[in-house]
Amino acid sequence: MTSATAPTPTPASAGAPGYRARRTLPFRVEAIRQFRRRRTLIAYSILMVLPWVLVGAFEISGPASGGNGTPGLVTAATNGGLNFAAFSFFVSAGFLLVVIVALFCGDTIASEASWSSLRYLLAAPVPRARLLRQKLAVAATYSALAILTFALMSMVAGTVAFGWHPLRLPGSGIDVPTGSALGRLAVVFGYILITETVVAGLAFLLSVSTDSPLGAVGGAVGLIIVSNILDAITALGGWREILPSHWQFAWISAMQSQITWTGMIEGAAVSVSYAIVLFALAFRRFRTRDIVS
Amino acid sequence: MKLRRRPRGRVLAVLAATAILAVAVTVGLAIANRPVPLTVRNLRIAVTDGPAGNQHVSLDATFYTPPGSGRVPAVLIAHGFGGTKNSVRGEAEELARAGYAVLTWSARGFGTSTGQVALDSPDYEVKDTEQLISWLAKQPRVRLDGPGDPRVGIAGASYGGGIALLTAAYDRRVDAIVPQITWNNLATALFPNAAEGTTPGDGVFKRQWAGLLFTEGSLGFGRTVAPPAAAGQTGTGTNAGSGTGATAGSSGQAGTPAQAAAGAQAAAAQAAECGRFLPAVCAVYRQVATVGQPTPAAVTLLTRDSPASVAGRLNVPTLLIQGEHDSLFGLDQADANYRAIQRNGAPVDMVWFNGGHDGGNQEDARLNLLTQQWFDRWLKSPARPFPRSAAAPAQGRPAATAGTGQPAFAVTRNRGFDPSSNQDVLGVATAPSYPGLGGSTQATVALQGPPQTIARPPGGAPAAISVFPGFGALGGLTFDVPGQSAAFQSGPLTRPVQVTGSPVIQLRVTGQSAITLFAKVYDVDQAGNAILPDQLAAPLTVPASEGRNITVQLPAIDHSFAAGHRLRLVLSATDYAYATPQSGAVYRVALASPGLSVPSDPALGLGSSGLPWWTWAAPIAALLAAGLIMGTRRRRAGDDFDADLADVPLEITGLTKRYKDGQLAVSDLSLRVERGQILGLLGPNGAGKTTALRVLMGLIHPDAGTITIFGRRVRAGAPALSRLGSFVEGPGFLPHLSGRANLDLYWRATGRPADAAHLADVLVIAGLGAAIDRPVRAYSRGMSQRLAIAQAMLGFPDLLVLDEPMNGLDPPQIREMRDVLIRYAADGRAVILSSHMLAEVEQTCTHVVVMGLGRRLAEGRVSEIIGTGAGLVVGTPQPERAADLLAGLDGIDSAEAHPDGVLVHPNGVAPSAVVAALVEAGIPVDRVTPNRRLEDAFLALIAGQTISDPGEDE
Repeated sequence: MTSATAPTPTPASAGAPGYRARRTLPFRVEAIRQFRRRRTLIAYSILMVLPWVLVGAFEISGPASGGNGTPGLVTAATNGGLNFAAFSFFVSAGFLLVVIVALFCGDTIASEASWSSLRYLLAAPVPRARLLRQKLAVAATYSALAILTFALMSMVAGTVAFGWHPLRLPGSGIDVPTGSALGRLAVVFGYILITETVVAGLAFLLSVSTDSPLGAVGGAVGLIIVSNILDAITALGGWREILPSHWQFAWISAMQSQITWTGMIEGAAVSVSYAIVLFALAFRRFRTRDIVS
Repeated sequence: MKLRRRPRGRVLAVLAATAILAVAVTVGLAIANRPVPLTVRNLRIAVTDGPAGNQHVSLDATFYTPPGSGRVPAVLIAHGFGGTKNSVRGEAEELARAGYAVLTWSARGFGTSTGQVALDSPDYEVKDTEQLISWLAKQPRVRLDGPGDPRVGIAGASYGGGIALLTAAYDRRVDAIVPQITWNNLATALFPNAAEGTTPGDGVFKRQWAGLLFTEGSLGFGRTVAPPAAAGQTGTGTNAGSGTGATAGSSGQAGTPAQAAAGAQAAAAQAAECGRFLPAVCAVYRQVATVGQPTPAAVTLLTRDSPASVAGRLNVPTLLIQGEHDSLFGLDQADANYRAIQRNGAPVDMVWFNGGHDGGNQEDARLNLLTQQWFDRWLKSPARPFPRSAAAPAQGRPAATAGTGQPAFAVTRNRGFDPSSNQDVLGVATAPSYPGLGGSTQATVALQGPPQTIARPPGGAPAAISVFPGFGALGGLTFDVPGQSAAFQSGPLTRPVQVTGSPVIQLRVTGQSAITLFAKVYDVDQAGNAILPDQLAAPLTVPASEGRNITVQLPAIDHSFAAGHRLRLVLSATDYAYATPQSGAVYRVALASPGLSVPSDPALGLGSSGLPWWTWAAPIAALLAAGLIMGTRRRRAGDDFDADLADVPLEITGLTKRYKDGQLAVSDLSLRVERGQILGLLGPNGAGKTTALRVLMGLIHPDAGTITIFGRRVRAGAPALSRLGSFVEGPGFLPHLSGRANLDLYWRATGRPADAAHLADVLVIAGLGAAIDRPVRAYSRGMSQRLAIAQAMLGFPDLLVLDEPMNGLDPPQIREMRDVLIRYAADGRAVILSSHMLAEVEQTCTHVVVMGLGRRLAEGRVSEIIGTGAGLVVGTPQPERAADLLAGLDGIDSAEAHPDGVLVHPNGVAPSAVVAALVEAGIPVDRVTPNRRLEDAFLALIAGQTISDPGEDE
């Protein structure tokens, strides 16, 4: 307390000098706050190592045989880096990426609550809606980057192991040249991002509702698993179309000779609808909630 | 924690409500969809037919009438080959519910109807059907256009479609028909020849299909072949069940019992071979199946049983429905019917759907709906039926569907693969008119390939495979035998080529014997995989020739060849599905002209995208729901600022907070903190201190009351909070970051300028030394505590709130902290100190608020709370004497015994004077200490208050 200057009364402005609600919790700051976490580093490590593990598995067992029931993407996986990236999407979209997204979005608020740092952020004050928005933006960015990292690493690993060849489409066996193959993989990446918004929304809603980060992540993953199980019950017929995970693999039509957009558009509509409602619920819940942790 | 129990209960309530709603909707829908009760009457109808009109047949029939009593149009639904009236029950009920009187029957030779199969012969089946129409005319529920002329339509698939067309041609009373997957000419259907300029019947025998159908007939359609019994059975009209004597052979014909018994042996023999076929039909089959070529008599018979023979009389409104997957009755058969009806000036529409005799998607629901709509248009709606006058010439009649806005041509197309259901997605392309198999436009695809010599092996085996009749969908297997086929291929297509109709190619063929070839066009993708669209092949046969140019009509298909794919024309010498000559042969095949002419109809559009409505509705609904969920944002009221309080660091007025579990944590709390004050907030656990501070920080919403910081109303996230520094309920740091990073990032999170942080000063207060750069998770409790206080002081806020700041600090640190706080407030800021350490409060604070059970029990300057003058405890071995002495002195309020000696309350007398007086009186003084009066005051204030559940102070 050596140089404490007398406070200047600021009757004209509501807050302290230099305070602007719009400038609180900048994206960069939140990104730095999250980056050094073990959770972030472990998730990224897994995603960067997994492609090499998969490559190793193929090297040991040899190329998959196209037996009955083997999805064509698996059979074509060893065709080259591009095919391997598509294969990686195929094996990860159902569960791994769900877990990753749930991890990044599920402990946004819950972890701050468990560290007790949430109340200090709110008293800083970071307005609640802005806090959610910034945290969501950072979590979404980390999730997207994680999936992108995984795809790129798969491409690298696949290229190292199997070379760089045009993308061979499963089924028809058509070779798609690099340029348009990358375009197709970008479509797949974009579509997967859209479907993961449901997971993000669910995890986010749980995150503002509980102080336990594990509960939020596990709850979101659990609900997606329930959706998967329901989707497996064919007797439900058309009702399965309202399940978000029903559309999880609609991007496979981007791996056909002629891309069909119908399934992806329908899947995107379902995913986006769920996500909008879930995010709205999260915002409302957080806006009115008493923070007592 | 109790607080979170409520929301969970609400979730359960919402779930329960949703479940109840779902059940209610389901039940409601079930009630709404409850089938309309129909009147269903099983009966037998006696008819007389045969060339001479003398054969009696009893037809097993079912008559469905809709509820009500008025007259309604009638529809006859005929079943397919091998079926019975029960095969079409579903369609019949659906049409009856739509308001039609529907008559279904088992055709002669099928089911329990008597008689023999004559292949929709004008002498037999057609006559039967005409009599059914007459029967309908007598029914009280059937609408009449004239005496004995009911308003009636006929629908049916395959064999049933044939009878629809033929009956309509022979009987003018028929007002509309919907024939599906049926023939125009059995001779061209069973002996097709794709080479132009040939006559019906000189084609290649469709051996597999014919065999399948004949076998189906021979087996008696699953019935036991019994010797004829009760011959002369003619049925008795409405007496259902009288036809139980299901008979085979010739039992349908009139005859005496004696004659029947005599013919039993021969009949049984014939039954084994011919089943329920009419002997004439059986003989024709026997002949063509053996020779592979039809006799003129056979051609005559087959043609007579075909709409082609009565093409000039087909002038009835007709909806033609033909399957794309049909190697028995291809699209060309429907095309021929279309042209005949159009020539006659009657309305006719064409539908190509995905199914057919070879499988595919039969689109039942859609076709039933189309059928019903056609009948609605031509039977139900018009006051008068479509005029069918034989004299009416083709010209001058209105075009089929002109002006109705209805598409006259609809084609089911594969829109691609739906991975979510693992199925192909079908879409329907429509056009205002049907262009025919030649298409409305033609493109030319150049084929390449040298003249090729191919051989047909003697015996014709192994044979190429285009389709397994009746099982066409079996894996889509196609196969060409090397050496038996010639191929001519295009280059990669630069853009997609849509084929709708029959492509045409000109070939030059050379052969020593009659030349039989099977022409097909494959779709070859970049990888070389070839698929045969709809698995169709066009057989052709021409006489032996030393080089002869022929024009070949390839199978009619609707198929899109993708860009980059190639078209491959293959001419095979054999095909499993067809009869080929047994002798071996060698042909030479060449392109007479390199251009494959491919027809298409650009008018065919898929219409609006095939996306379901909810694709757009769901996100919009979600947005609306989100809007409702978020509600309208509460507008920041203009009275947020109270100018009178602009220089008052904190004022709390009437603050009340009741938690959701009902606990009243703070009740009508008011207090005020001025600049320079250090306010001590005292109270036992559960007094509501922490709750009040939570409200102050904007963490929880008060039920009543206001808090203002420098006149600004405090709400969650209010900007005024930026003038508040707080340390409440323990530190909150990111454990993986260092103390310095935590402070730095926290400050950056406030968004305020870095130079306003006073980070260096604050770090001095924290006094963590080198530990400031270690991760917080390694900190001791005291270190975290100091870091948290430092964080609260970042930016030197005008109002500092510290909750139990001295916990975990050692005595020197406590002392240091006390000095810091006193200096801090001395600069004109205000500090709120919540603490249990009463001595600390007494030494540090200028003012005190005592709380208990959520209420303010007392407030004021510390000295006011304590009372005037400080108390002294004088340690002495003679407390009684000392008390007596001191009590009598002036300037001393009271003096009484105390466990440590004597408690003195001086009033204007300095402690030194007290000691001097005692020493003077000879009373030894060991020590003099100040008395903890705040503790006494505090205990007195909260006395009687029950320490209740400290729900918020754990």
